Amino acid sequence: MSSDIAMVRLVGVSKHYVKGNETIAVFEHLDLSIVQGDFVAVMGPSGSGKTTLLHLIGGIDGRDAGEIHVAGARIDGLSEWQLARWRATNVGFIFQFYNLMPMLTAAQNVELPLLLTRLSGHERRRHVETALKVVHAADRATHLPREMSAGQQQRVAIARAIVSDPKLLLCDEPTGDLDRVTGDHILTILQVLNRDFGKTVVMVTHDPAAAKYAKRVLHLDKGRFTEKTGLAA
Amino acid sequence: MNDLTLVRKNLFRKRLRAWLMIVSILTAFAIFGVLASFWQALNVGQDVGNTDRLIVVNKINFTQDLPVSYFDRVREIAGVRQVTHLSWFGGYYQDPKNLLVVLAVEPASYMELYGNDIDIPPEAQQAFKRERTGALVGEDMAKKWGWKIGDRVPIASNIFSQRSGSHTWDFTIVGTFSARRLQVNTNFMVFQYAYFDETRSFSKDFIGWIALRTGSPSLNDRVIKAIDQTFANSPYETATDTEKALNMAFIAQFGNIALFVKLIVGAAFATMLMIVGNTMALSVRERTREIGVLKTLGFSGGRILRLVLSESILLAFIGGLMGLGLAMLFIVSVRGRLIDILPSVSIAPTVMLTGVALMLGLGFVTGFIPALSAMRLKIAVALGRS
Repeated sequence: MSSDIAMVRLVGVSKHYVKGNETIAVFEHLDLSIVQGDFVAVMGPSGSGKTTLLHLIGGIDGRDAGEIHVAGARIDGLSEWQLARWRATNVGFIFQFYNLMPMLTAAQNVELPLLLTRLSGHERRRHVETALKVVHAADRATHLPREMSAGQQQRVAIARAIVSDPKLLLCDEPTGDLDRVTGDHILTILQVLNRDFGKTVVMVTHDPAAAKYAKRVLHLDKGRFTEKTGLAA
Repeated sequence: MNDLTLVRKNLFRKRLRAWLMIVSILTAFAIFGVLASFWQALNVGQDVGNTDRLIVVNKINFTQDLPVSYFDRVREIAGVRQVTHLSWFGGYYQDPKNLLVVLAVEPASYMELYGNDIDIPPEAQQAFKRERTGALVGEDMAKKWGWKIGDRVPIASNIFSQRSGSHTWDFTIVGTFSARRLQVNTNFMVFQYAYFDETRSFSKDFIGWIALRTGSPSLNDRVIKAIDQTFANSPYETATDTEKALNMAFIAQFGNIALFVKLIVGAAFATMLMIVGNTMALSVRERTREIGVLKTLGFSGGRILRLVLSESILLAFIGGLMGLGLAMLFIVSVRGRLIDILPSVSIAPTVMLTGVALMLGLGFVTGFIPALSAMRLKIAVALGRS
């Protein structure tokens, strides 16, 4: 499935945080390229900038310098509104703690991104059914998050991330809150999405066992990739 | 699912809290509905008063009489188109507690002048002119006492007596009349002044007040001045004003009711505004992470603003409509007992419209700041908060 077309390309990206009088540099002139169809695990100690990297790629945080190209668009200059529209069609997010809406059923949670499309109610329901089937959670469609196990909730969260058929999945510690067996199931689903559905997956993880599911592993420390084994650029 | 489902689910995610907010809104709107309706009912008299209808009363105060001769003299004044006179009877039925509005009038001129307000069937008009002891009764009054045409009803006066010493006059109901406009109260009766004046033991050849209509409202000032100048320096000086102004002056006797209503409603709304505003802000703050997730999924800041605002507006409408409904039930239940004091008390369309405007305003005011905060919320910050 993979090709040489870059799905993610960061060129000289710098990112700083201001904490009181202190400016903390997260990245300085960071370069990165991830090709379409890749499955990349980003590892590193706490505070190394893993989540910030994910936020920059997903257009939910801004850089201070450099260029960010994702899914064929340069996103670092887009407005908040343009970024919202871009995210809705190009990126699916999977979080450590699932972040499902507690008052909505699994199907309604999965349907949320589709409210931003012009699909009819019937079409939306069809997409939701398909997404839930892909993650083996169709039998939980009418359940509220509190009625589901952690693994089931994460499956629903994955279904929500893929329901609008984005090209890129950004996963922030997707198995961090799960036991080993459940975590393996979730990682297998991500692998299937990458291998069979052509999704490019960028996964932040602490867990070396989880990273083994990826095609490549990037190690991030103090804002730099310390190991670039298999890096495409 | 659509945005409204999302709004509704968010609103009722903590049911007890949602219902407590609804109850506080409901209470404020019920108070508003009841007080505004009472105030409106008190003010109906002002609305009934035509601007081209003038009232001439004794300058001392309106309870003092005027000579009946003034009636003809007023008729002769330039600019006066129609004129009649009325006298307060001070009536009650069977028991002094059953007070009635009973007026002695000159039939032809009365029916001509008030024909725009009340609808009297032609046969009743003829009978009223013909029958010396005949009386016309408003539909509300007839309904209340179960009177019908042909009934002979004894009405006593707490002011006047007959030359025989009796305080009771017998009237034959010759017809009923209905209101031509919603605001017109028909809980009163009229009878012939001639019968009254012939039989009463005192105040002969005196009347209560004169009502007249000018050719146009632009003539009012000139006619008012002319009438009062005509009777200046006489034993019975007059004070003339529009019917509307007179009604307002009458209501003002009870104090500044408008201010009183505004203060109570204002206090109820201010309290409710603080409770609901604070709770809405808290409720949205608790959802910071979820708002961050929605934005991550692609919901724009504007859409988030609309969702939060819709939630506070929906809350205001649920509570507000229930409150007005409760006020309506209350008014319907007490209306029968208030018919003598406030015959036209009801939740008028203007009260409903004001209520709806207040609901919109309340929803906007309580939801705007939380909605704006939600709109401006940075995703990275939202996701970082637990």
